[in-house]
Amino acid sequence: MKNFLFELREGLSISFRAIRANKIRAVLTTLGIVIGVTSVVLMSTAIKGIDSAFQKGVASMGSDNLYIDKWEWFNNDIPWWELRNRRNLTMEDYTKYKELAKLPVASAPTVWSTQTIKYKERTVEFILVQGTNSDYINTTNLNFDAGRFFNELESSGGRQVVVLGSEVAKKLFPRGDALNQEVKIKGHKFKVVGVLAEQGSWVMGNFNPDNQAFIPIQNVFKFFQNQSFRSVTFNVRAPNSQMVNEVKEEAIGIMRRVRGLRYDQANDFSINQQEALLNQIDKTIGVIQIAGLFITGLSLFVGAIGIMNIMFVSVKERTREIGIRKAIGAKRRTILTQFISESAIICLLGGMIGLILAIILSLVINQFLPTSIQIDAFVLAVVISILTGVISGFAPAYSAAKLDPVEALRYE
Amino acid sequence: MDQKYPFSQSEAGRHQDLNKLTNNGKTMNIINIEHIAKIYQVGSEEVHALRDVSLQINKNEYVAIMGPSGSGKSTLMNILGCLDTPTHGIYDFTGVNVSQMNDNELAKIRNKEIGFVFQTFNLLARSDALHNVELPLIYAGVPGSERKDRAREALEHVGLADRIHHKPNELSGGQRQRVAIARALVTRPSIILADEPTGNLDTKTGEDIMALFNDIFELGNTIILVTHEEYIAEHAKRILRIRDGLIEKDETVANRYIPKKNGASKI
Repeated sequence: MKNFLFELREGLSISFRAIRANKIRAVLTTLGIVIGVTSVVLMSTAIKGIDSAFQKGVASMGSDNLYIDKWEWFNNDIPWWELRNRRNLTMEDYTKYKELAKLPVASAPTVWSTQTIKYKERTVEFILVQGTNSDYINTTNLNFDAGRFFNELESSGGRQVVVLGSEVAKKLFPRGDALNQEVKIKGHKFKVVGVLAEQGSWVMGNFNPDNQAFIPIQNVFKFFQNQSFRSVTFNVRAPNSQMVNEVKEEAIGIMRRVRGLRYDQANDFSINQQEALLNQIDKTIGVIQIAGLFITGLSLFVGAIGIMNIMFVSVKERTREIGIRKAIGAKRRTILTQFISESAIICLLGGMIGLILAIILSLVINQFLPTSIQIDAFVLAVVISILTGVISGFAPAYSAAKLDPVEALRYE
Repeated sequence: MDQKYPFSQSEAGRHQDLNKLTNNGKTMNIINIEHIAKIYQVGSEEVHALRDVSLQINKNEYVAIMGPSGSGKSTLMNILGCLDTPTHGIYDFTGVNVSQMNDNELAKIRNKEIGFVFQTFNLLARSDALHNVELPLIYAGVPGSERKDRAREALEHVGLADRIHHKPNELSGGQRQRVAIARALVTRPSIILADEPTGNLDTKTGEDIMALFNDIFELGNTIILVTHEEYIAEHAKRILRIRDGLIEKDETVANRYIPKKNGASKI
């Protein structure tokens, strides 16, 4: 063991000398590893960024929520026409459900409509306008930058008031003076009573509350769409995550009663959960992960082949040196250690450069995509580069280790 | 010198004869080779580099091996130096049968028991003199400070105390060969194996190196010198002449050439 440590130290010092003696070659060789490590680190942080954005986005919906809906979100077994042929969920259904349901903290009906919102000469298009009631705020985790959610009076009276998502408010009121102004939605005036705080879950796109506006539900039916054409979704919040299943069971029972289903009839509604969304996201991210790491792994593999190639050249060039070392007592293991540590060091240097490059690039990418390089990326880079060095250095090192000293000494 | 080493040349000779008989009458051979042969397979042809060689070398002998190229002298040297193993026969080295040893076992023997000096010096170009001399000690697992001391001491002995941090390309041929000799001596080996040590040196420098070998010999070391030059071989006390894979002649040098001390070494 003691000998091995001496040999390792000797191996490392030889490696540094050899690398210093062949600077340009070392730099060129490392390039493959630099690119490989950069892409692996960037890819893994990007994937992590996407993942955490999704998680954050889903969490902003409220983690204990159920959605009673005509549609099944991630439907695998019910034919779509059966879903389409279901009766719409109506406001009457909601009223009855709300009356009968004992477990939920809050429940709110929602319908949405995509609209253009105007304030004076400013316009924002394709905004998801959610129609709901004053209970809605209690089914979410939303905070306010200014104002409040519309109250029960405004809600039940169908007053023309609106709560703007932060992004919408920012676009319409760059100076941040949205409160109490009147915006026009499809030509109808709505008074801004509240502006939501930024949620920042970019990944949810239009489903991000930042890009939405909320109005009392009657206004949607009155101005945008006839009630009879629209199915209402009930947002239901359970008191805690342990209670979600009980709330779900209760909801199924109540809804069957409300809808007047016989015992032999299937549910003509779906109870959707975030969990289904999360599962779907996990699946998608898993695929991205495998594909991404496979592709970046390829670039690392190319780098590794470059290292192997140059190590074979290095062994060939230093045949005589190997002969000398063997003649004065270097064992196979000694030579093996020497060349493997040389290749590991080259790769480690490449890995470090790659890591620095990845950090710089991630700062650039951060402008579009929330990535952050964590300490585990550092560990990843070190482990990957050393591993690459050891693996790609092994074959050349082994060929050096088993050189015949007589032949090697004779080599010119 | 005479005070330090009480035996004159002839007395030293007798001393060797006494040595042979110590250890309860068993001979104290360092090297005992019995009927070794080395056969190479070149394509479909067998080449008999050594046919049937038997020889003994005692402690503190100074032996020159001579022969024309193709005679098998290099092969014999490689086997003697444990760089290679014979195809047939037994090689007993310091009481250990090394003829069937594997690569790693041989490496250990070479490291501990054999000091090599080559015609082309074979120093590591990127390392300074000190590190070159340290190298065998690194492989022997000698700890750092002791290693450096011993390497420095060996370099002092060959007269290079002021050159320890010079790299081979900053040294003259003779100095390089001295570094190589220091490297060979630093592990205190049982034999010094010198392969044409003056082949790449001019006559004057070569003579200095031979004087150094003589000093090392007189300190009680065993030296095997491979050469094809008669006058170099005559520095030794015994000459083995190889031809066609056989020992043609094993002769004692009657009128040994003893080089003048030139003060280059401190031994």
